[in-house]
Amino acid sequence: MSDPTASTVTGAPGGRATSAPLLGRAPEPTLFELSHPGRRAWSFRTTGIPEVELDDLVPDEHRRHQPVPVAEVSERDLVAHFTRLSHRQFSVDLGAYPLGSCTMKYNPKVCDTVAGLPGLAGVHPAAPASLTQGWLALLVELEETLCEITGMAAATLQPAAGAAGELTGLLLMRAWHQAQGSVRTKVIIPDSAHGTNPASVTLGGYQVVTVPSDERGCVDMAALATVLDEDVAGIMLTNPNTLGLFEEDIAAIAAAVHEVGGLLYYDGANLNAILGVVRPGDMGFDIVHMNLHKTFATPHGGGGPGAGPVAVSERLVPFLPGPRPVRAESQNGTPVYEWTTPPLSIGRVHTWHGNALVLARALAYILINGGDGLKKIAEVAVLNANWIRQRLTGTYDVPFDRPCMHEVVLSVRTIKQAHGVRALDVAKRLLEEGFHSPTVYFPLIVDEALMIEPTETESPQTLEALAEALERIADEANSRDEGWMAEFPHGTPVRRVDEARAARTLIPTFDARD
Amino acid sequence: MGTYIPHTDDEVASMLAFLGLESVDALFEVVPEALRLQHDLELAGGAGEPDVLARMEEFAGANRARSDRLVCFAGGGAYDHEIPSVTRALAGRSEFVTSYTPYQPEVAQGVLQAIFEYQTMVARLAGLPVANASLYDGGSAAVEAVNLGVAASGRPTVWVSAGIHPHWRQMLTTFAAGTGHQLRTIPLVDGLTAWPDGGADDDPPGVLLVGYPNYLGCIEDLGQARAVCDRTGALLVVGADPVAAGLLKSAGEWGADVMVGEGQAFGTTLGFGGPYLGLFACAQAHLRRLPGRLVGETVDVEGRQAYVTTLRAREQDIRREKATSNVCTNQTLMAVTAAIQLGWLGTSGLVELARRCAQGTRYTRDALLSLDRVEPYVTAPVLREFALRLPVPADVVVERMADAGFLAGIPLGGEFDDGEHGLLISVTERRTRDEIDAYVTALGKAVA
Repeated sequence: MSDPTASTVTGAPGGRATSAPLLGRAPEPTLFELSHPGRRAWSFRTTGIPEVELDDLVPDEHRRHQPVPVAEVSERDLVAHFTRLSHRQFSVDLGAYPLGSCTMKYNPKVCDTVAGLPGLAGVHPAAPASLTQGWLALLVELEETLCEITGMAAATLQPAAGAAGELTGLLLMRAWHQAQGSVRTKVIIPDSAHGTNPASVTLGGYQVVTVPSDERGCVDMAALATVLDEDVAGIMLTNPNTLGLFEEDIAAIAAAVHEVGGLLYYDGANLNAILGVVRPGDMGFDIVHMNLHKTFATPHGGGGPGAGPVAVSERLVPFLPGPRPVRAESQNGTPVYEWTTPPLSIGRVHTWHGNALVLARALAYILINGGDGLKKIAEVAVLNANWIRQRLTGTYDVPFDRPCMHEVVLSVRTIKQAHGVRALDVAKRLLEEGFHSPTVYFPLIVDEALMIEPTETESPQTLEALAEALERIADEANSRDEGWMAEFPHGTPVRRVDEARAARTLIPTFDARD
Repeated sequence: MGTYIPHTDDEVASMLAFLGLESVDALFEVVPEALRLQHDLELAGGAGEPDVLARMEEFAGANRARSDRLVCFAGGGAYDHEIPSVTRALAGRSEFVTSYTPYQPEVAQGVLQAIFEYQTMVARLAGLPVANASLYDGGSAAVEAVNLGVAASGRPTVWVSAGIHPHWRQMLTTFAAGTGHQLRTIPLVDGLTAWPDGGADDDPPGVLLVGYPNYLGCIEDLGQARAVCDRTGALLVVGADPVAAGLLKSAGEWGADVMVGEGQAFGTTLGFGGPYLGLFACAQAHLRRLPGRLVGETVDVEGRQAYVTTLRAREQDIRREKATSNVCTNQTLMAVTAAIQLGWLGTSGLVELARRCAQGTRYTRDALLSLDRVEPYVTAPVLREFALRLPVPADVVVERMADAGFLAGIPLGGEFDDGEHGLLISVTERRTRDEIDAYVTALGKAVA
């Protein structure tokens, strides 16, 4: 047994902690079951406005005669319910979340303060520019900052998430080709791409052409050459790709795609790996989306909100969504900001100006880290992932055995062949250890994939604990029978759930219970 | 200067040694030298938390239109509603804020059950059996609903009421460039959509999209819209105001196939327009085309109640290019917030909220119409929002009213007939009689 208070990474002290088991083992009734007729929590301000009969307020043919049955609970019950629910939920604040491709880094608390500032949170989105100069200035500064980081000319901050950014990018691609008088039908994506890529391509009105990966895990250049022609509108790439590998041939790919008149789209899901080291614009990309909820530490909120700004090269600027905030000339030296719509704009892609408070959080995060700090983020993210790769080589399969970037894809293939234990079992077993599991079964081209992204905010001590847990699990897989492993987890708020039953006898609301 | 990286220099050195590397730069040897950034990013160096907070306060201070300085009479899909301490406290719990999409249900029951409760509440509001786990905002929900409707009807022609939020209509146009949908705007007559009686035989609509109430605050005749759908086989998509739904018949009761809406009113700050909450509910028949995530109830291996994302085969990560929506990240935290806020309002509070908004609106509208040269923009019945025709351009009035301490409303603008003189005004439950009286006096001066 190792000393639980000492790190074996450095020999220096560094405490160990675990979030396992989560509290919240007791089942929690729904709010509807906690409801009791006549109970209430609400209270409103005293307004002094004269009361009007409902009959006078609502035309009879439109009037609802039964109130919407929400729930009837006291404030105390409401607090207890949602607090108990929160105890049944793992989060970054509780422990390491090495979910590959998701960049679950620590979300600084100062950004919560920023998002709560009354001068930002209390601003109506339809207020004119003259009354919202602070917001416009903030958005312009963020846009310029993101362009410097990505090496692009201008950006739209409207897209609300990565997938929204992708579709925006594809519509930009479409508008650009149209303006060249060119009709194109296909978009190329690698077989390792995120699922949002092909779905976005379809919604952008293009056909997907898949290009395979080669034995090194990168785009197969020979295969790419065979699909490149003048029907190709562009290619969507993630670099580093979803295997955590840098596409070393990116310059050649860019040249080949540009040669046939296509555009290069950069899926920014993995931007964390290259901050301050290499920029998509310098690699030859024309359109870049960023996931601020990954790279720039805005919290994921249990599945959203995100923000997916899209930056473009000079030739695509006239097509950006509008309205967009710009710094205008001023008379007396103080900058003045206004909304403009680019001349060939594809139009609006968000109801308002994007997920503004998420954008504000991201700017605060960037300002705190600074240009130097951003580069350090990439360095340590890559260092952590390579440490995990090196440490677990031999314990798990490493399908592409070469230095990775910010994440590493391992495989449970050998263990599965020998003992029947799958990637899913390893993931579930790890939950018992107080870690969130890695991403499993993605990318699709790796059998029994475990995709681990430690991020830069996990300490060497945490990495050590994670590696030890994964080693212990591999030992168990090799020594116990597979049924033993399939029983895990035991100590989580619920154990393995019946997903087939959820789909078969669908209960999407409390009212659908029989 | 600020950093969230725990590693000491010694630890970095020790890890590099473990990898057999001389330097951190060696980690990036796979990146071709010619592509690498040869200089530092041209950004300021890092700063301390207090410095950055001061900088952000500067931005905040430069916004005049903040609800603690200008009394808010603007709406148009973004409302200045009460957010009680309890909603702020619960929705701010870091377990909800800092978790990812619930891919591992064993450790995500908190978020999953909160979404299940949210789905139940939205379905009840809509009078429809199924609601999803949220979309980005009202406009994106409308876009998804139209995509669903076109797929379900097999007809790409979409009749969009001119009473739909202008920004939603702009979004529909943007995304139609990719899908090829044919959008036809159906005009308003005195505030209500004038659906064509006939003439659709050669190009029948696949979808009708109408607001309830619409952008001008008018309560549309959904029975008429339903009749058009019955005649043509189109799906009825209703863009409902979920607060007004506290008093109005549900979309489902009117025969809607899909209800969409903006859910910001339930506990989410104005926030300059985001993050907001796209509400989406539909009839059972369209379940397999439902966009985005859906949570369902099931059991774990011990037979205990449990929740999990379900019907996953619809979604982009499995169906890839055949998926009908590309949504992945949504607005879960806003959905959880809405569930908390609706729990706080409860059955009686939702009615009371809508009633108070309607009363304030009635009081304000009556008082404003007593002003000289201020006229109703349209006369159709309204509930919690209304438009006026002013004798001076509305944007000028908004500027003048800001000097008097009010965000007066939203100019209707070029999308509407004589819209430059139209002002859209919303009154929430937060507005007191004193505020309204002062507002009316100020507006009287602003239009004089």
